[in-house]
Amino acid sequence: MNYADLFRVTLPETALEIAALLVLVVDLGFLRKAALKTRVAAAALLGVAGCGAAFWAQFWAVTHGAWTFGPEGGHAILINIFYAGAAQSGILVLTALTLLLLMGATFTRHVGEYVAVVLMAAAGGLLVATAQDLLVIFIGLELLSLGLYILTAFAKSSGKSAEAAMKYYLFGGMSAAFLLFGFSYFYGLSGSTNLTKIQEVIAVSGPSPLFYVAWILVVAGLGFKVAAVPFHLWAPDTYEGAPAPAAAFIASVSKVASFALLISFSVHWLVPANALVRGTSERYLLDVYRTWPQLSTILLVVAAASMVVGNLAALAQVSVRRLLAYSAVAHAGYMLLGIAVHPHYPGQGNPFDFYMSTDSAMLNANAVMYYVLTYGLTTIGAFGLVDVVERATGSDRMDAFLGLHKRNPALAAVLLVLFLSLAGIPPLVGFWAKFNLFAAVLRAQAGVVPFTLVALAIAFSAVSLYYYLQVLKRAYVMAPVDETPIKVNHTTMLVLVGIAAAVVILGIFPGLLQGWIEAFYPVI
Amino acid sequence: MLSLTIYISFIGALVVAMLPAKPSSMARILALMVAVAGLVVGVVGYVADFGKGLVILTDKAWVPSMGIHYLLAADGISRTLVLLTGLAAVAGVLFSWNIELRTNEFFAFFLALIGGVYGVFLSYDLFLLFVFYEIAIVPKYFLIAIWGSTRREYAAMKLALYSFVGSAMVLIGLLAAYATSGSHSTSLIALHAAGLPVSFQMWCFPLVFIGFGILAGMWPFHTWAPTGHVAAPTAASMLLAGVVMKLGAYGCLRVGIWLLPHGLDPWGWSFIGIGSWRDVFAVLAVIGIVYGALVALAQTDFKFVIGYSSVSHMGFVLLGLMTLNQVGITGAVMQMFSHGVIAGLLFAIVGRIVYERTHTRQLAELETMHLSRRIPFAAWAFVIAGMASMGLPGFSGFVAELQVLIGAWMAKPWWVVAAGLGIVVGVAYTWRAMQKAFFGDGKASVHDLEQERAHPFAAITWPEVTGVVLLASVSLAVGLYPRMLLDQIEPAVKALLAGGVQ
Repeated sequence: MNYADLFRVTLPETALEIAALLVLVVDLGFLRKAALKTRVAAAALLGVAGCGAAFWAQFWAVTHGAWTFGPEGGHAILINIFYAGAAQSGILVLTALTLLLLMGATFTRHVGEYVAVVLMAAAGGLLVATAQDLLVIFIGLELLSLGLYILTAFAKSSGKSAEAAMKYYLFGGMSAAFLLFGFSYFYGLSGSTNLTKIQEVIAVSGPSPLFYVAWILVVAGLGFKVAAVPFHLWAPDTYEGAPAPAAAFIASVSKVASFALLISFSVHWLVPANALVRGTSERYLLDVYRTWPQLSTILLVVAAASMVVGNLAALAQVSVRRLLAYSAVAHAGYMLLGIAVHPHYPGQGNPFDFYMSTDSAMLNANAVMYYVLTYGLTTIGAFGLVDVVERATGSDRMDAFLGLHKRNPALAAVLLVLFLSLAGIPPLVGFWAKFNLFAAVLRAQAGVVPFTLVALAIAFSAVSLYYYLQVLKRAYVMAPVDETPIKVNHTTMLVLVGIAAAVVILGIFPGLLQGWIEAFYPVI
Repeated sequence: MLSLTIYISFIGALVVAMLPAKPSSMARILALMVAVAGLVVGVVGYVADFGKGLVILTDKAWVPSMGIHYLLAADGISRTLVLLTGLAAVAGVLFSWNIELRTNEFFAFFLALIGGVYGVFLSYDLFLLFVFYEIAIVPKYFLIAIWGSTRREYAAMKLALYSFVGSAMVLIGLLAAYATSGSHSTSLIALHAAGLPVSFQMWCFPLVFIGFGILAGMWPFHTWAPTGHVAAPTAASMLLAGVVMKLGAYGCLRVGIWLLPHGLDPWGWSFIGIGSWRDVFAVLAVIGIVYGALVALAQTDFKFVIGYSSVSHMGFVLLGLMTLNQVGITGAVMQMFSHGVIAGLLFAIVGRIVYERTHTRQLAELETMHLSRRIPFAAWAFVIAGMASMGLPGFSGFVAELQVLIGAWMAKPWWVVAAGLGIVVGVAYTWRAMQKAFFGDGKASVHDLEQERAHPFAAITWPEVTGVVLLASVSLAVGLYPRMLLDQIEPAVKALLAGGVQ
C-alpha cells in the first residue's frame, strides 16, 4: 500500500479538514470581538473557499490518474472516478451552497464551530461516496452522521431543535448498530471487508440464509440514511426542528453520499459490474445472475412503500418543512427504484454475451446520480426560501406564504420554479431527472414488476402535484393577510435565483449535467 | 416558419410578465400584438404550405444519447389546428380587454398557455410533445384560480389534477413505447416505423387514448370540463373549450391512432357487440354526445349549458376518430376546428357580453331582463353562434358533423342513430337557453322600464365587436367554402390512414 497514493486520492477530504481547522482558528482566534454578521460572513466564505479547494483537488486527482487506492494487485478500497467522482464533486458544490445560505443567520453565536462541523461532515460524506470497504464506509458514515446530529441541535434557543436532534441521534445510533451488525456478518461469511472480495467469495459458495439476514440489516441501516419507509420516522421532526441551513445540508449532502453508497452496493452485488475488469468465467456469471436478483426484492418493496407513504402523508401536512420531509421520503422511493432494478438474465444463451449487451449498471447509476444531485440542488433552494419566509413571518406553515407574489415577486417566482421542478413539470430539471430514471429502469428490465413500479411512481408524482400546488396557491392565488414587503439578504437572494436559473437551464439542456457526470468515466 | 408561433408566444409571455402592473393598457396591447403576430404567422404558414404533405420545420438533436430530438414538423392537420389556435388567441385577448386585476400576469399566463398549445400541435417528437403538453397545465391552473368565478379554487385544482393524471398515463405509455422499441428514438416517425408488437399495442393504446381522452372530455372522465369552464374567466374558457380540449383529441389521433394502430384490432371475442377498443371508445363517444346534450338541457346556469355542450361536441370528435375511415376522421378534424371557433364565440357572448353586464348567469333571472331589447348585439350574436353550434348548414359545424355521421354510418350504422339523437337534443338545449336568456316572454312593466333607464348596461365595446365578427365570419366562411380547410386536412388524413390503420 502506497501512502502517497492514499494522500493523492484523499486530497479533497484533506482540503476540507484543513479548511475546518482554519475556520476554527480564525473565528476563535482572530474574530472574537467582531460582530456576529462579520463572523458569519468570514466563516461561511472560508468554508466555501475550502469547498472550492477540495473541488479543485478532486479535479486534479481525476485528471492526474489518482483514481483508486488499494493494495497492489488487490481490490480498491477507495475510488475517485465513475459515480463516486460525480458524487464527490456534487457534495462539494452542495455544501458550498448550504454555507452561503448561512449569511444573515442568527440562530447561533458559535459560528466557527458550526462551519467546522459542516465541513467535517462533508468530509465524511466524501469518504462514504468513495469507499469500497465496509470499515471505511462505516467510518465515513459515522463522521457524516455525528456531524449531522450536532448540526440539528445547533439552534440552542429552540426546543424543537433539541428534540429533533435527540430523535435523530437515538434513531440514527440504533440504525448504525444494525448496519455494523450486518457488516460483521458479511465479514464472517467471506473473510474480507472489501465489497468486491465479498461478492467474489459468496458468488462461489452461494448465498446462505445468514447472508440474507445480514443484507436485510444493512438495508435497514442504509434505509435510515436515505429516509426510506419504514425507517423514515426521523425525517419530519428533523427537517422541522433543525435550523434551515442545517436542514438544507441534511436534505441534500447526506442524501447524495448515501445514494452513492447504495450505488456502490448495487454495482458490486446486484450486478457484476467489475466482471469485465477482473476477467471471469461463465460459471461465476451464472452464479451471480441466479442469486443476486433476490437481493433487490427488499429494495423494491422499500421503494414502493416510500413512494406511497411519502406522497400520501405529505397530502395532510400544514407545515411546509414537514411537507418537504415527506416529499423527501417519496423522492427517496423513486431513487431506490433506480438502484433496485437491474437486468435479469433470461436463462439461456451465453451469460457473458448477456453481460456485455446490458451495460445498464452504470446507466442506472448515472440516472440515480443525476436525480439525487438535482434533487439536492432544488431542496437547498427550497429550504433557503422557507428560511426567508420563516424569518419574515415567524412560522413555516403554508399560510405564512400567503400573498408572497405581492410581498416579494422574485421570491415567489423562485418558489414557483423550485416546487414545480419537485413535482416533475417540464421543462424543469425535476421532470428530466424522473424521465431519465424511469427510462433507465425500463431499459434495464422491461418486465411486469418494473413496469408496475414505474407506473406507480408516475401515478404518485401526479398525487404530489396537489400538495406542491397548495403552497403555490398560497403564494399566488389566495388573498394576503399581511402585505409588507419581505426583504432578503443579497447573498441569499443571489443563491436562490441562481439555483432557480440552474433548475430551468439544466431542465432545458439536460445534456449539460449528463455530460458532466459522464466526464468521470475515463476510458480505461 | 410556423415554429415562430411558439417562440413569439413564449417570449411575449416573458415580456408581458415583466411589465409593471399599473398601466394595464400596455399589457393588453402587447398581448394583442403577440397574438396577432402568431395568427399572421399561422395564416402565412398555412397558405405557403398548402398542398404540401409533412413539412419538417426544425430538427435538432436534444439528448443524442437517448435519441431525443427537438423535432418540429407540420402536416395538414397540424396547420389547421395552428390556425385555430391563432384565432382563439386573438379572440381571447380581445374578450379580456376589460381585465383590471393583475393584468400583466393574466396575459403572461395566457400567452404561455398559447405557446404550449402551439408547441403540442407542431411537435413531431413524442417526448417534445409531452413536454409542451405538460407546460400547458400550470398556466391553466393559475388563470382559473386567480381570475375565475364560481368555485374557482376547487375547479382549478380539479382541472390541474385531471390533466396531470391524464398526462401521467401518457408518460407511462411514452416510456413503454420507447423501451419496447429498443430505446433508440422518441421521434413519432421512428416509433411508427419501429413495429411495436401487437400484444404491446393492445394494452398501450387504451392507456394512451384514455390519458389524452381525459383532456378531450371523453365520458366518463369529462367532469372536470363543465366545472372548469364555468369557473374560468372568459378568455380561459374560450381557450379551454376551444383549443385545450383539442390537444387531447389531437393526441388521441396522432399518438393513439397513428402510433398504435393495432390497439384497435378486434379482440377475437365480443360482449354485447363490443369486440375491440374501437367499439369501447365509440360507445363512450356516443354516450358523451347524448349525455352531454341531455345534461345541458337541464341546466339553470347559462355558462353550464355551454360547458356541457362542449362535452357533447367533443363526443363528435371522438366518434369521428373511431370511424377509422377517411370521411370520419376528416370530419373529426373539421369538428375540432369548427367547435374551437364556435365554443369560443359562445363562451365570449355568455361570459363577456352578458355576464359582465348583468352579473348573473342564472337563466331564470336573465329571463326577466329583456336582453334582446337592451343588448341586441348579444342577442344577434348568440342567435348566429347558436345556429352554428346546432349544426345549421352554412356554418362550419354542419360540414364537420355531416362528415362524422357519414363516416359513422360507413362504420356502424347504429352509431349514427344515437348521434343523431344528440343533434336533436342539441337543438333543444340551444333554443331553450337562447329563448330563456334573450327572448323572455313577459312584457316589461313601467317600473322595469324606469329601472332600465336609470341603470343602463354598458355599451358594446370595439374589442367585443371585433372578436364576435372574427369568429362568426370564420365559421361562416368555412361553412360556405369548406375546401379551404378540407384540401389541407384530407391528404393528411389519407397519409395517416395509409400508415397502417385498417
